[in-house]
This record gives sequence, C-alpha cells and structure tokens, in this order.
Amino acid sequence: MKNENIIQYIYGIADNALILGQRLSELCGHGPSLETDIALTNMALDLLGQTRSYYQYAAQLSEDGKTEDDIAFLRIERQYKNVLLVEQPNRHFGYVITRQFFYDVFHLLLLQELQNSKDETLSAIAKKAIKEVSYHQRFSSDWVKRLGDGTEESHQKVQDAVDGLWGFTDELFHMTEDDTLAFESGIGVDVTKLKETYYKRVSEVLEEATLTIPETKWFQKGGKQGIHSEHMGYLLSDLQYMQRTYPNMKW
Amino acid sequence: MTVELEQHIDPNLISVLEKISDPEIPVLSIMDMGVVRSAQVIDDVVQIKITPTYSGCPAMDVIGEDIIAAFQEKNMKAKVDLVLSPAWTTDWITSRGRKALEEYGIAAPLEEEADKEALLGNKKIVKCPQCASTNTKMISQFGSTACKAMFQCEDCLEPFDYFKCLK
Repeated sequence: MKNENIIQYIYGIADNALILGQRLSELCGHGPSLETDIALTNMALDLLGQTRSYYQYAAQLSEDGKTEDDIAFLRIERQYKNVLLVEQPNRHFGYVITRQFFYDVFHLLLLQELQNSKDETLSAIAKKAIKEVSYHQRFSSDWVKRLGDGTEESHQKVQDAVDGLWGFTDELFHMTEDDTLAFESGIGVDVTKLKETYYKRVSEVLEEATLTIPETKWFQKGGKQGIHSEHMGYLLSDLQYMQRTYPNMKW
Repeated sequence: MTVELEQHIDPNLISVLEKISDPEIPVLSIMDMGVVRSAQVIDDVVQIKITPTYSGCPAMDVIGEDIIAAFQEKNMKAKVDLVLSPAWTTDWITSRGRKALEEYGIAAPLEEEADKEALLGNKKIVKCPQCASTNTKMISQFGSTACKAMFQCEDCLEPFDYFKCLK
C-alpha cells in the first residue's frame, strides 16, 4: 500500500474527529449549563488531540514537508473526507447530543478494531483514544436517555433530532477505495462489519429513552468522497480563518 | 511521535525531573504523574520521552518546555519526544502522587470497576477530600480538565474534582 493511500485512509478517520471537534468547540461558552458546556469542550479537546496525533503521523508519511497545521487548515473543502453527520450544525442541545451519540457509538466500534491494526502508530492512537471515547459515549448515551425520557418538550426535540440525523448514519459504513486498500493490507478496518452491532446498540439506547426509531430507508452520502453539505463551507471559513488571513501564524 | 514499550529512566536525571510539576496540578511532579517514560543521556543530549494523559492535554506542550528549561539550568541540552504507546493509565500515578492529590483537594482515582459504579451514580464511594465522607454525588462526568470529573460532598457541601480512572 502506497503512503499516499495510507494518508488518505488517515484523513478518512481524522477528519471526522477534527470537524466534530470544531463543532463542539463552537459551543465553548454557549453550553446550556456550566457542566454541559465544560463536558462538550472537554470532548472537543479529546477529539482535537486525537486529530493532532493522526495528522502528525500523516505529515510524517507525506515526506513533502507538510505539517499537521497545513493538513488541518490549508486543504480545500473537497479534500476533507469526513462524513456528513459530523459537519451538521449545532441547532439545540438535544441535536448536539444526538449527533454526538450517533458518532460516539460508531467511533468506539471503529477504534476497537483499529487497535489491532498492523500499523503500530495507528494502533497506538486507537488504544489511547478508546479510553477517551468510552467516556464520550457514556456521556452522550446518558443525555439521550435523560432528554428522551424527560419532559414532553425535551422528548420532542430529541425525537426531531433523531429523525433529522438518522439519514446520515448509513454513510459511516461505506467503504472508500482507500478503506478497502487499507483493510486488505491489514492496516484499516472493514466498517461494513460494524453496522449490525452499531444499529443494535443505538436502538437499545433509543428504546430506553422512549424514542421511536425512524423507518426511513433513504440515506445521505458523499462526505467520504469530499462532497459535503452546504454547512461545510461555513465551518471551514471559521476553522481556516487565521491561517488564511495570516499565513504561517503561530500561537 | 513514536511507539515505545518500556520505562527507562537514568537515575541521575530523576532529581531534575522530580522538580518539574504538572502545570494544571502543581502539587504533582511529572514523575509522580507517571508521564515520563524514558530519560537517557545519549551523545551528551538528555533524551526524554513523555506520554500524554489525554490526547488533547494542553499541559504536554508546557511540560516539554519546562523539561528543556530545567536541564538548561544545569547546562544540559534536552530533547523531548511524545510517545503514545503504551497509553498512560492512572495506575502510573505513584502513591506519593495520590497522597499529594488528596491533600490538594482532588479525589484520587478509584479502581476501574469502582470508578464505573461511581460515575454511573450507582454507588457512593468517592471520598470527599475535605471531610472524608463518602456521601458524595457526581455533578458532571467532565471537570475543569480532561482528566477530572466534578463531584460534590453532601455532608460538608464542598464541590471537588475527582481524578477519573483511566485504564
């Protein structure tokens, strides 16, 4: 497997962490209460920390002098390989929690497989991240149950979020060419195999939360190929602003 | 960023490393925290490997700078690398470190199973570092830094941080 393919495979994992981390960072100082605000920004920090580890490794592999910052800030929209789910904007707390929950369940399953990767750096990053993501999943699951089984209003808001975001979940299990190459060379994960466990775990929590599982069979896709939703451009213009305005700036 | 397996620390370097503290928990030295995985002098350069507690922990950059500055004072050149594997665990906090945490007002991490019960709110087992009561409740799974959760004592009413178990 060529380094370029491994780099693309890494983007496919790391960009999810970067973009979801960016979404959560937007909430810093705007959470509904101090505790949830701190929790969401802590999770953002974990995700951005994981992103750095992946990008540092990708930069090392690329051998063209690129740095982790170039990868994070200086790609164009089509070069980001995150799924559509994580770029969806923060509408309300119930929506943020549902998006997080849908991603956390997948994220943990992915990392549990990635820790067996033949690539020892990817395996090390996964082992580290598993510990953090276990806490994320516990947090988001608890809140889905609390809001779903809460007041009439909280129930309705989370149900709307579940209905609105459900159509983005199938894309998590699509294999790109680089995913297939990575899996065949023992580096990557076959995400199609995670699907059954994923929907089982998600359904258990939704049922406990007295929420209805949507019946829709129509799913959105495209993020993994770099074809993003309209929200992505706005997100990137925030994310990239400093590096675009003051090239090579450092903190 | 590399993958490293065992802890190798040159005993001659320990006295310098013990004086460097965690910037977010100043009572804890980086040695008591267990983040120093290797320290060796190779070709007159002190080569240090540290491992992050949490991936995004911003203290790591500061710790790296502090190590370089501490050895500079001794007229030694130091180089700091980050290693990810094996991943840091709260078991690496020394008993002296746990004691320092408690005295500072942070409840030290419980064992893995007990930690789960405590964070799920099933059992009241986290001890208040102020009055030692176990009549405490969790306020939030996430606290002032990535490694802590927020608790409150229901006897003395003081809020406090609990250092989460990480294995």
